[in-house]
Amino acid sequence: MTALPATPADADVALDVVDLVKTFGPVRAVDGISFRLPRGRVLGLLGGNGAGKTTTIGMIMGLVEPTSGTIRILGRDPAEGRSSLLAEMNFESPYVDMPHRLTVRQNLTVFAKLYEVADAKSRIAELARDFALESFLDRRAGALSAGQKTRVALAKALINRPKLLLLDEPTASLDPDTADWIRTRLEDYRRETGASLLMASHNMAEVERLCDDVVILSAGRIAAAGTPEELMRRFGRDGLEEVFLDVARGRGTAAERGEAEVEA
Amino acid sequence: MRGAKTAMRRDGFSFTRVGAMVLRYWYLLANSWPRVIELVYWPTVNLLTWGFVQSYVATKSSYFAGAAGLFVAALLLWDTLLRSQQGLAFAFLEEMWSRNLGNLLMSPLRPMEFVVSLMAISLIRLAIGMVPVSLIAIPVFGFNIWGLGLALAAFFANLVATGWGLGFLIIGLLLRHGLGAEALSWSLMFVLLPITCVYYPVATLPAWLQPLAWALPPTHVFEGMRAVLFDHVFRVDLLFSAMAINAVWLAGGLFAFHRLLAAARRAGSLLQQGE
Repeated sequence: MTALPATPADADVALDVVDLVKTFGPVRAVDGISFRLPRGRVLGLLGGNGAGKTTTIGMIMGLVEPTSGTIRILGRDPAEGRSSLLAEMNFESPYVDMPHRLTVRQNLTVFAKLYEVADAKSRIAELARDFALESFLDRRAGALSAGQKTRVALAKALINRPKLLLLDEPTASLDPDTADWIRTRLEDYRRETGASLLMASHNMAEVERLCDDVVILSAGRIAAAGTPEELMRRFGRDGLEEVFLDVARGRGTAAERGEAEVEA
Repeated sequence: MRGAKTAMRRDGFSFTRVGAMVLRYWYLLANSWPRVIELVYWPTVNLLTWGFVQSYVATKSSYFAGAAGLFVAALLLWDTLLRSQQGLAFAFLEEMWSRNLGNLLMSPLRPMEFVVSLMAISLIRLAIGMVPVSLIAIPVFGFNIWGLGLALAAFFANLVATGWGLGFLIIGLLLRHGLGAEALSWSLMFVLLPITCVYYPVATLPAWLQPLAWALPPTHVFEGMRAVLFDHVFRVDLLFSAMAINAVWLAGGLFAFHRLLAAARRAGSLLQQGE
């Protein structure tokens, strides 16, 4: 199943996933999924635990070798020149940390050099201002609060001004105010740079706010795909959370349930 | 066109990225004095223990009296071997302990750049740990290992190469099996301790074990060390045989690292770096 109805030209596609399969022994963790993320858009990858989100993101990041299928990122094959491709991408996840013993400034300096960022000092100062890091730039990363850590992780994720940003539950375990602040920064970054974002999240309100398109995975397959509005209309629901529950519990679309579709 | 050139440059080996990783480990040492103390503490304890054993045994045995500093030299060279492997593996483990591995594997850092940075930090850790200890041995036990001159350089290079070869294998196992393989980084080198004849000649081993001992590069180094200390002869033949076996050893370690990294990608174990 193809996620997006539109078929933009290759040059306009940030991420193109075709017939992606990953098996672990007898288990098909990802079972032939295809989707496209056009440049400048935000795609939400949803699904319950074990649906295949993490494996899919792992394959896109090059951490997991697909059993079959193809992935093209920014129009290129990751197998040919992975390093240069990764220089144009970045990611953020609450399940990955930065070295605790290093200060925030030291961490950002190391990553600026890893991404070969020109004028790293200016870039770090710019990010410190954008993400309000100035007051704890010289504090050890391990001594920060969850909200501060997320801001630092996002600063690291944007240090190379990525054209494709992968986010794995970017606001998990944050208070609503901090989460809202983070979402606003992500919206700003996307608007200012035209970057593309692929985001895995369990927060449906966040997905509705940030994502142009949504792919819902279930048992390694695409169970539903479209814009949030399309999905809500198709399933006859007022919110993505209800759509998610319908998919998770195998309840089908409004038409399949014999209900009248909601007018857009 | 400019973008293509930039991409080609980024896909080549980058000393900037290697420097970034060395800087990362340097910051870690600079920010954590217990780590620095640990580097010096154990070699010092070992030196004092074996140094006093040497002093005592030398009064009882003409064999040991004939080679001043034999135990101390053997200990310093053994620690060079052990700590070159551990320096490599522990620097890598720091990434797993701090859950930073995902950030690195997702960055433009290439596996060989990562490996070279680990080799560089292994040398820095070795210098921090071994130089003070070797200097302590001069006034306390009257043994100056630096007096071995070029022989010391040859011994050192060979032992470090062996340590790195084993270190590459351990890093590969850590990538493939996660922290479940952590204990190997502490203990695997000790398998070589009895077989490589650190403190006694190869002839001491049973005849059936001697071919295995000679198949290991450190055995040639420790035999060479004894030749220098007892006979005051630098055995070039032992140096060349150690270098030749080390070339195979290092290549084998790198091969194992790349194969285990590929296996980790197939198994998806890079996503789960816990136990």
